[in-house]
Amino acid sequence: MTAATPARRTAAFTALGLLLVCTGAFATLHGVQHMPLATGLKAMAAPLLPAGWLADIPPSYRAILLTLRLPRTLLAIIAGAGLALAGAAMQGITRNPLVSPYTIGISPAASFGASLAILASTDGGAGSYAPVVVAAFLAALACAFLVLGLSALRGVTGTVLVLSGVGLSYLFGALSSTLQFVATEQQLAVIVHWAFGSVNGATWEAVIVTGLVLLVVFPVLAAHGWALNAFAAGGDEVASSLGFAVARTRIVVTVAAVLVTAAIVSYAGVIGFVGLVAPHIGRLVVGGDHRVLLPFSALVGALLLLLADMAGRMLFAPVVVPAGIVVAYLGVPIFLHLLLGRARHGA
Amino acid sequence: MSLSCTSLGVTRGRRAVLSGIDFALEPGELVCLVGANGAGKSSLIRCLDGLWRPGEGEVRVDGEPLPALTRAQVARRIAYVPQAGGETMALSVAEMVALGRAPHRGQDTAASRGRRIEAALARFDLQGMAARAFDQLSGGERQRVLLARAFVQEARYLLLDEPTSALDLRHQLEALRTVRELVDELRVGALVAIHDLSAAARFADRLVLLERGRIRVAGPWQDVLTPGHLRAAFGIEARVGTVDGLPFVIPAQRA
Repeated sequence: MTAATPARRTAAFTALGLLLVCTGAFATLHGVQHMPLATGLKAMAAPLLPAGWLADIPPSYRAILLTLRLPRTLLAIIAGAGLALAGAAMQGITRNPLVSPYTIGISPAASFGASLAILASTDGGAGSYAPVVVAAFLAALACAFLVLGLSALRGVTGTVLVLSGVGLSYLFGALSSTLQFVATEQQLAVIVHWAFGSVNGATWEAVIVTGLVLLVVFPVLAAHGWALNAFAAGGDEVASSLGFAVARTRIVVTVAAVLVTAAIVSYAGVIGFVGLVAPHIGRLVVGGDHRVLLPFSALVGALLLLLADMAGRMLFAPVVVPAGIVVAYLGVPIFLHLLLGRARHGA
Repeated sequence: MSLSCTSLGVTRGRRAVLSGIDFALEPGELVCLVGANGAGKSSLIRCLDGLWRPGEGEVRVDGEPLPALTRAQVARRIAYVPQAGGETMALSVAEMVALGRAPHRGQDTAASRGRRIEAALARFDLQGMAARAFDQLSGGERQRVLLARAFVQEARYLLLDEPTSALDLRHQLEALRTVRELVDELRVGALVAIHDLSAAARFADRLVLLERGRIRVAGPWQDVLTPGHLRAAFGIEARVGTVDGLPFVIPAQRA
């Protein structure tokens, strides 16, 4: 396979961007309550339009769009983009294609934090969402800093980072299992439901918090495109010989990836696979240059999660299958198709 | 002007990997670093590029101690050419070569960078391969890409870690001839760690023979590749000579 030319890259970005906008509009306007396109668009733009235009829009449409559908679409886009971005960065910095944001134990830690908050709350976590989010976020960060601390003791190399992450994943997995073992049946249901990652019940608060974190993290990671290329090209020594401060770069990139992942996991639960597969799809389409790969992977991740959520909501309506589950059904065939296609071309 | 080290010592665990190394690489000379496995060739190269910090002694580049410089400043003066193995996560040939401009990215415009990369691809016979994935190249092609990367880095000193060990005979010859050309034409100083003693003798201005972390002998190949030194450093009885002006070393038996 030949890597992508600039023209092909531009085409890929344009196509994917358009697809994302169209899918986003479609997902927002379709659901149990179907809306005609024109009406839906008008309802969304309602605050900007003169009052006379609004006569034919049922108020319920506006309510559904603005409080349910729009935040859900946006959270799916942000979560998909953020997880994919973190995955691409982590794979580059560790030079390991099997790494995802979860490899360093963030998701088991977040699950543990959430479980703890659910057990501690008086109503079994049914009513109060905020403590669960905060606890999940803090546990994810604690895990990330443990991993970085352990790696710092042994010299921050990719292998040590991944291995300490694997170790801590098991630790937090065991802690979560222990909590589930002592939980009541009602609490257990809430915990399990949380663990199935989903953008179900997305709120504007979730959109704003995760969106802001992504807005801060994206430029930080994008600024390290050259450095990530150097790591990918030959690991620590080559990156250092090409003039990059290896340890500092690794810490900045890892912390940025961890922050965005932790924020997303706290609101959306564990959505695996996007962070692993979106960078691979990106690499197969636009090549390995991180200056291009990071934004492209983010687009791929956003589209994957949006499609997964839409499919999960519509295929078995009114039952909603969590996006975290559907995304694997959707992503695995795409991934295998690209992988086998590449193998045929002699990769 | 030189890339030099004085009384350099490195200890890993309890083992002295390098000790008491005094060495200077001048611009315009090609020095081959030879010695048995584990004698300290790669360690010395890593110390000279500042990838390892020596426990004793210091490394200076053009008079300035390495620790006083930023990594980017070091990278503008010293280029490191690693062995050509390993996956690169789908980087293309052009992207691999472009990385040589990373230490200069503050000064480069996209156009000037593009021109330098084009020139390097042409010089190292890589035209038409720019968009190919590095991971799919043959060993000889990979080596040329890594040399092209060092070329665009425009450093005064080149450090090559066993550039020929994965290559067949013809590509070994080509790789060393390319390094020789860079030294003669651009007046860079090149230090090449290498196992092939005949090739080292043929292409280098002088040899440095390492034995268990110390420099046993340094100088022209006739002084370094003597049966006595080879017996001590490699544990072999060797026949050394020349055929049509080309030096050869044949290991005959264990000493």
